[in-house]
Amino acid sequence: MTVFMVRRLMQSVVVLLVMSVIVFLGVFAIGNPVDILISPDADQLERERAIRALGLDRPLWEQYFVFLANAAKGDLGRSFVFNEPALRLIFERMPATLELAGTAVVLSLVVGIPLGLYAGLKPQAATSKGIMAGSIVGFSLPTFWQGLMFIMVFAVMLGWLPSTGRGQIGTFLGIRSSLFTLDGLAHVILPAVNLALGNAALIIRLTRAGVRETLLQDYIKFARAKGLSHRRVVGVHVLRNILIPLVTVVGLEIAGLIAFAVVTESIFAWPGMGKLIIDSINQLDRPVMVAYLMMIVLLFIVINLIVDVLYSVIDPRVRLQDVKG
Amino acid sequence: MTGFAGPTLEVRDLKTHFFTRGGVVKAVDGVSFEIGKGRILGLVGESGSGKSITGFSILGLVDPPGRVVEGEIRFKGENLVDQPEERLRAIRGNRIAMIFQDPMMTLNPVLRIDTQMIEAVQAHHSVSADDARQRARDALGRVGIPSPDERLKAYPHQFSGGMRQRVAIAIALLNNPELIIADEPTTALDVTIQGQILYEVQKLCRETGTSLIWITHDLSVVAGLADRICVMYAGKLAESGPVDDVLDRPLHPYTKGLLGSVPSRNRRGSPLAQIPGMTPSLMSLPDGCAFADRCPRAQGDCRQAVPPMAEILPGRLARCIRPHLEDQA
Repeated sequence: MTVFMVRRLMQSVVVLLVMSVIVFLGVFAIGNPVDILISPDADQLERERAIRALGLDRPLWEQYFVFLANAAKGDLGRSFVFNEPALRLIFERMPATLELAGTAVVLSLVVGIPLGLYAGLKPQAATSKGIMAGSIVGFSLPTFWQGLMFIMVFAVMLGWLPSTGRGQIGTFLGIRSSLFTLDGLAHVILPAVNLALGNAALIIRLTRAGVRETLLQDYIKFARAKGLSHRRVVGVHVLRNILIPLVTVVGLEIAGLIAFAVVTESIFAWPGMGKLIIDSINQLDRPVMVAYLMMIVLLFIVINLIVDVLYSVIDPRVRLQDVKG
Repeated sequence: MTGFAGPTLEVRDLKTHFFTRGGVVKAVDGVSFEIGKGRILGLVGESGSGKSITGFSILGLVDPPGRVVEGEIRFKGENLVDQPEERLRAIRGNRIAMIFQDPMMTLNPVLRIDTQMIEAVQAHHSVSADDARQRARDALGRVGIPSPDERLKAYPHQFSGGMRQRVAIAIALLNNPELIIADEPTTALDVTIQGQILYEVQKLCRETGTSLIWITHDLSVVAGLADRICVMYAGKLAESGPVDDVLDRPLHPYTKGLLGSVPSRNRRGSPLAQIPGMTPSLMSLPDGCAFADRCPRAQGDCRQAVPPMAEILPGRLARCIRPHLEDQA
């Protein structure tokens, strides 16, 4: 276990390094921030001063190593636009995104698992076929279009729910979140549902497939031969086994939801990280882009680690050790 | 349940069919037998002869598209066919227990042994978890598992195949059933382990008066174990009778063929006898005797109508119009 963790951490550092190179090169390729940041009226002297102030006059590899040296000290650079540390900007927006992604994950699990169970247990029922057809729709609809439809129907036509912003923020146990006020809850519903829909569809399909497969196992028949109630067979014997694939996918989905809430956040003007990254891409705010992408890489690494540890908790056959390659 | 004088289990004309897209598969088609208290019945047949489905039918565990379409399964006089699920559930694992073929597959891999044993007790008796654990420990002890307290906390993958089958047997014994259906429980095990398990099961049945149906394709296993034997072929009984008579002087050509296929019964060097041809498809059985196409004694009239199960010698039934009477002493 300890060896596993140490190795895993070392691997993570390598992944971070490789990603930093890719991100740095990628961001460099997008465009020259000077063109956007400095007013076109500025004279040559001003331009050069600005370029030097941002450190953009130095060769790329030098910029990269300066970035690395600073990153090692926990400094991922200052935003060109806001002139604030990039990390602080990201952390300021993070709670809003986490709140949105968290709500979406909970929603997709609460909806997805029961529906998937039902469809798996009664595959012939008309309801099950409806659920599966619905899941394909949920799976295939583009998020942006679906979001616009939600706004049109629930905000514009029916006027039931607000369509923009985060709403009122409440404090509970020292945590500030819009989930603690009614107004905030009303604001989170549409974007969260929009974000959850595709995932719920995925979880429905995954759960159903897991149930169908598990039901055929001898140990399920043996459990029934022991005289266990249907509830116990499904709730304990089946569910424990389908948790294994679910945890993997849900883990990755959480990371994906946090990282790629961009579209939903833009449509619903949700003041989260996604909106920040879109804005910084538009303004070619390199440090923010780099810092954001590095944070996301870190997030995936951490979530994958958690999933692996959870694995060994759910499935006793899994031992946390290295596979010799 | 004292005072019931009849057989523990009486199966009459059981028919379990599977309604598939390709047609009706008559997996079990008119099987009858009975077992007295404390007796052991060997149910023998090739793969696909319907012997396992017979076992599942008794417990009401036939999965769709299959179902019992006809017949009676009288357990202590009570017909189990078409009983509501809740009534069957109360009997399963409590008064009739089942042991499965592959011990690697019958225990849930993600649940500890104690969980899987305690739930089996608590499904039928309202006892505390501690009492249930006590019973689980005793049951493990009875099937010869050393340090049961420790083993209860283990997961199935920490046991060998033989040990897992012992655990499965211990689970079957938990509620002191009156009947155990063992579906090829030793097929997946080493010969030495097989011997131990056979010995222990036989001993336990004798001690507790439990009746046992031992489903197998291995004649050598039933030879030393069962009192009576039923040979199944293509969903029907081919022959039944006391185990020694059937194995020493089979009446049905199929039984004789099966016996000829056991390697140890052949002289060294001589080619192994085999039954020519294949088991017929259960979806399109011939009009006459299902074995006729593979039978060395078959003649025209064998293919006209299915022969009835007839008492050819006292206590010995066979579904054949040309039984091996010449072998009988």
